Amino acid sequence: MSDLKSTGPQTMDAPTPEDALHEAKALNAEDHRDASGRLVTADGRSLKSSLNRALRLQKARAMMLIAPLLIFVLVTFIAPIASMLFRSVENEIVANTLPLTTDRLESWDATQGELPPEAVFQDLFFDLFLAAEAKEHTKLGTRLNYESTGVSSLFRQSGRRLDDIGEAYQDPLEDLNEAWKEGAVWFELMSGQGQTSDGVVTNQIDRFNKLTSSNLRGDIGFAPSEEIAALLPKTTRAYTAWAVFTVFEDEDVVAAEDPWEAVYAALALDLQSPGAADRIAAYDGPQAELLQEAAANLEILPEADFTAAFLDIDEDWGDINRWETFQVYSPKYTDGYFLNSVDLQKTPDGFEARPENERIYITLFQRTIFMSLVITGSCILLGYPVAWILANLPTRTANLLMILVLLPFWTSLLVRTSAWKVMLQQQGVINDVLVWLGLVGDGSRLVMINNQFGTIVAMTHILLPFMILPMYSVMQTIQPSYLRAAKSLGATNWTAFWRVYFPQSVPGIGAGSILVFILSIGYYITPEIVGGTKGVFISNRIAYHISSSLNWGLAAALGTILFVVVLVLYWAYDKIVGIDNVKLG
Amino acid sequence: MKRTKLLLATSVLTAVGGISFAASHSEMEACEDCANDMTLVSWGGAYQASQTKAYAEPYMEMFPEVSVAWDESSAEAVAKLRAMNEAGNVTWDLVDVVASDAIRLCDEGLAMEIDPDEDLAAAPDGTSAEDDFGDLLVSDCFIPQIVYSTTFGYRTDLVPDGVEPPSDICSVFDLETYPGKRSLEKRPINNMEWALLCDGVAKEDVYDVLETDEGQEQALAKLDTIKDQVVWWSAGADTPQLLADGEVFMGSTYNGRLFSVIEEQDQPVAMMWDAQVFDLDGWIIPEGLPEDRLNRVKHFVKFATDTQRLADQAKYISYGPARESSAPLVGQHAELGIEMGPHMPTDPANATNTFLYNYEWWADYRDDIDAKFQAWLAQ
Amino acid sequence: MADASANGAFVEFERVQKSYDGETLVVKDLNLSMPKGEFLTMLGPSGSGKTTCLMMLAGFETATHGDIRLDGTSINNIPPHKRGIGMVFQNYALFPHMTIAENLAFPLEVRKIGKAKREEKVKRALDMVEMGDFGGRRPAQLSGGQQQRVALARALVFEPELVLMDEPLGALDKQLREKMQFEITDLAHRLGITTVYVTHDQTEALTMSDRVAVFDDGRIQQLAPPDQLYEEPENSFVAQFIGENNTLEGTIKEIKGGLALVQLDDGGLIDCKPINVSEIGQRTRVSIRPERVEFNPARLSDDAHTLKAEVLEFIYMGDIFRTRLRVAGNNDFIVKTRNAPGQVRLKPGEQVEIGWLPEDCRALDAA
Repeated sequence: MSDLKSTGPQTMDAPTPEDALHEAKALNAEDHRDASGRLVTADGRSLKSSLNRALRLQKARAMMLIAPLLIFVLVTFIAPIASMLFRSVENEIVANTLPLTTDRLESWDATQGELPPEAVFQDLFFDLFLAAEAKEHTKLGTRLNYESTGVSSLFRQSGRRLDDIGEAYQDPLEDLNEAWKEGAVWFELMSGQGQTSDGVVTNQIDRFNKLTSSNLRGDIGFAPSEEIAALLPKTTRAYTAWAVFTVFEDEDVVAAEDPWEAVYAALALDLQSPGAADRIAAYDGPQAELLQEAAANLEILPEADFTAAFLDIDEDWGDINRWETFQVYSPKYTDGYFLNSVDLQKTPDGFEARPENERIYITLFQRTIFMSLVITGSCILLGYPVAWILANLPTRTANLLMILVLLPFWTSLLVRTSAWKVMLQQQGVINDVLVWLGLVGDGSRLVMINNQFGTIVAMTHILLPFMILPMYSVMQTIQPSYLRAAKSLGATNWTAFWRVYFPQSVPGIGAGSILVFILSIGYYITPEIVGGTKGVFISNRIAYHISSSLNWGLAAALGTILFVVVLVLYWAYDKIVGIDNVKLG
Repeated sequence: MKRTKLLLATSVLTAVGGISFAASHSEMEACEDCANDMTLVSWGGAYQASQTKAYAEPYMEMFPEVSVAWDESSAEAVAKLRAMNEAGNVTWDLVDVVASDAIRLCDEGLAMEIDPDEDLAAAPDGTSAEDDFGDLLVSDCFIPQIVYSTTFGYRTDLVPDGVEPPSDICSVFDLETYPGKRSLEKRPINNMEWALLCDGVAKEDVYDVLETDEGQEQALAKLDTIKDQVVWWSAGADTPQLLADGEVFMGSTYNGRLFSVIEEQDQPVAMMWDAQVFDLDGWIIPEGLPEDRLNRVKHFVKFATDTQRLADQAKYISYGPARESSAPLVGQHAELGIEMGPHMPTDPANATNTFLYNYEWWADYRDDIDAKFQAWLAQ
Repeated sequence: MADASANGAFVEFERVQKSYDGETLVVKDLNLSMPKGEFLTMLGPSGSGKTTCLMMLAGFETATHGDIRLDGTSINNIPPHKRGIGMVFQNYALFPHMTIAENLAFPLEVRKIGKAKREEKVKRALDMVEMGDFGGRRPAQLSGGQQQRVALARALVFEPELVLMDEPLGALDKQLREKMQFEITDLAHRLGITTVYVTHDQTEALTMSDRVAVFDDGRIQQLAPPDQLYEEPENSFVAQFIGENNTLEGTIKEIKGGLALVQLDDGGLIDCKPINVSEIGQRTRVSIRPERVEFNPARLSDDAHTLKAEVLEFIYMGDIFRTRLRVAGNNDFIVKTRNAPGQVRLKPGEQVEIGWLPEDCRALDAA
């Protein structure tokens, strides 16, 4: 009877001519083998390398196609995230601003209950002096103020009075000999004679670059001689630092300028160091007489006591806790921000919990996650029936209703949130209606805003489309025949839904939940407006630290933790539900 | 020892009316080697409008080649300037900030230091700019414009029968006499001081007490007594809106906002000037501007902060001009035609009990107290 | 179930009508009765109402009017899951999130059958369709033919007395389809299940069914066993729809002795068997199957009418020859001849004379 059907598809089971061609080629290739028996191409190259070459070329072409996107993603997405992660541990500012002090502090033992030795205060003077001139000391003050309240004003006030310490040495020297006022004399003295010590200059340029986060290079028109560097080490260092600053920052010529006060203080220290007088007496370089005169009149210089000088500026310098903080936060990288983010603090003995009335972040993280879960849950409850209706309506009607679902996207987020304010507030629409209906007394209007309820309601509304869309697209692919099949097999409506339809819609719920949860965990505008105090998220604190307190390190650490929490939840979701079970469309 | 610099705003604007200067200003010289585009950063709203009308428009009338773009980013100015500085591309020319931000920017080297006598115009009677601005030059980088205050307004129709309208800051904490919600700013500044004042701490001791843990506890404990009745605001427009809606009985905000609710929108709201906290607002010039843009900005600033311009601004908004010499020139509201003097925070009738806000203290303690305050809010 | 109805019918449609929009009828006055154990196919072009009938029987659509009875009981108001009817869907509708075994266990589970019994039945059903080793797999891991078998097993596992199949082989390739056709009929007859099968493929309908109901325009055009349907179509729709068919238009000249004389539109005369024409002068469409046309008039009776024809095309098809002719203005007149020894192979352009036995030529309505 097969001839009844005059037309119809004919299957082609016989080998096609192309098959034969392929076989012939394969046979041909097998003919070419090299000495070790590997396949080679017609011109003698190994088949494998030849193939790799061809593939490489293809890959390179493909890479070129995606290169713009790849670069875009790297620059706009990966790089900012990496930089954020880095900021949360980065702490170079301490060592860059106070390099000598932090070095010297390493060997100080805070547990002895004694202040750091005089040498530390001397280093602090020179570090802080340069930093204050470069206006960098307040940044460090702000940074350390996060860890120990009051450092900021300590640095600011000390910065203003460092000149006084230096002048105590400058004035007697200048009184002794007017020549000390001359920049040219200083330049001659410090340049010395013979071999120059370029290492000192390079060191100071590096230090300057680190301090000001710049990258300047070049000849500063000055280099101390090796002889003078050995004779007056501190002076050489201070003078070179000043010279670098003069050239790079003020753009002046070294020989024409008078050095700043710190150089005089350094000279005094060098002159007072043991054995200096003998070495100076033996020196015969330029301006040796001037130097020898100063060395011979040591009694005019006040005794070096920088500890007392700093204590005179602010007695806080005598607080061992301050020095502990400096020591704890000297390393270039710190976990301090992360500890802060989880309500811990760093002490010389390790970690300890912050005072109870300062603990806030753990609570906020918990609340953020809890409320995000509640919001996700209510989005599922509200979104599922809507998505179901949309998926089961004729396309035309569904599209129309879809526009209604998407409508909120077309209005500003602020407008929507403010609308909820109008709806929910005590003199608002909902309360008015309830009072008018007599369900609620005028005096006992419901508080539905500036609390968690307000945040949950407004955010559920705002994020609902993100739940409905993936659900809808998944439900659209579930054919009605599955439900029919289930019913024909004897399932009641409920069983058919629960055992057959629902499991198939889970990928949509999963995708929607991940979207909504991740979006809500990082939301801050809506909670800020309708959340009051109990309805705000961790992101509100991040925003606060980014734009108000400017504690970017802490903001970065909080952001990083949030990021990790999301990854962990994502991982948990993968383990429990399976990430294959997520369909966005 | 902490040297505290108190804002002595009361020294300005103590008298309104009286002597009037010949308000003519000499024609300004043209600006040489100047860029023609300027980006000014301000707060938006009525305040920015007053700046446009009093400073920018007259300036552009004189120099039509200049065009001015406004950016309403003053609230995030410090963060944005930091970011611009890191990126090495400062796009702003003149930034309106509150005094504490100016101090911060100056300390970080993000704002340019100015020489008041050279960069700013002298008063018409020859008083140097430095003397004319006086104590309000709180930072080397700060060019003051206005004195404003944070104070309370309340709904007159919600005052309970047979009770005097509130006139004392402590009525904020008196829920029995004045029931109803209050709106307070969602930050510790001002709130902590008011709480201590109403908990028996003398005005001059407030910061000494607040410096201690016990003092902070004390302030928070006082705030705890009204915590349930507080709506916390973060935008300046919140309290006026809450008052207009009848959502709160009383609330703190900037005096100019309350002026607008009372006089311009005619709402049943009244001011309560007691323990108002003065603050300053002014310009800073970002560090690192190219030569031509810097010339233009300096040229503009000299004009925009002269005696007449500051007095003109008060026609549009009820903030006190920062120059002593501008005070006598303050006149009537540009549209309502009412005398602005009595609405100024610095008017003697309003300034019988003012509170002096200590910037430096807050600069040091803000992070610390903020952590406690936020933790307290969250509890 | 109540006792079977008087005439022994198991499934009955009585005056069933169905309308979706209240304006047009998709099913018009359907009457059908099936005895137990019959394999009945509903055949028709799409939109003819066959699937709607199936859905009404399954309970997914309700009849607008009329009565559907199963084993003598009206099932109009019984929800689908209580009807106990097995169903195989066009796309198989295997639940993708369940394994094959779970799919099969589903109808047993909802019937609260114990676990041991359940497993035994599932195994038996899978073995029945030769899929015993696939119980642990997911539907997506099976080929189309395997899925089809599973779907069949699932529809049968709870031992329904009636199984409905909605174009179940539509998605399979030809070879597999032919194999499955055989397997399904074999299974149905072996288990003695009453089957209603819907298809638009006439080959499938003719090869599988005990009886075929040809649907068009919401009505059953003919309900008959396959051979009868092919050889004795009752109207021109069925004649056209089933198998290949030559038609000639004309008018009835006379009806005499069970034969009708038809004058074709070009004037030629032929003898036909009148099927649904009765009046002289009535327009008719004459239907002749291609394999019943005769080139050799010697095989016809002497007084038989013949027609002149011109050969347009000759196609060699191996077992048969297919010749396209121009006959009475019709350029698509096909003749099939067996490739027998001595059979003439015509060339295009040749003039021939053709004829047929009057009983092979059916005068039908002109519709």
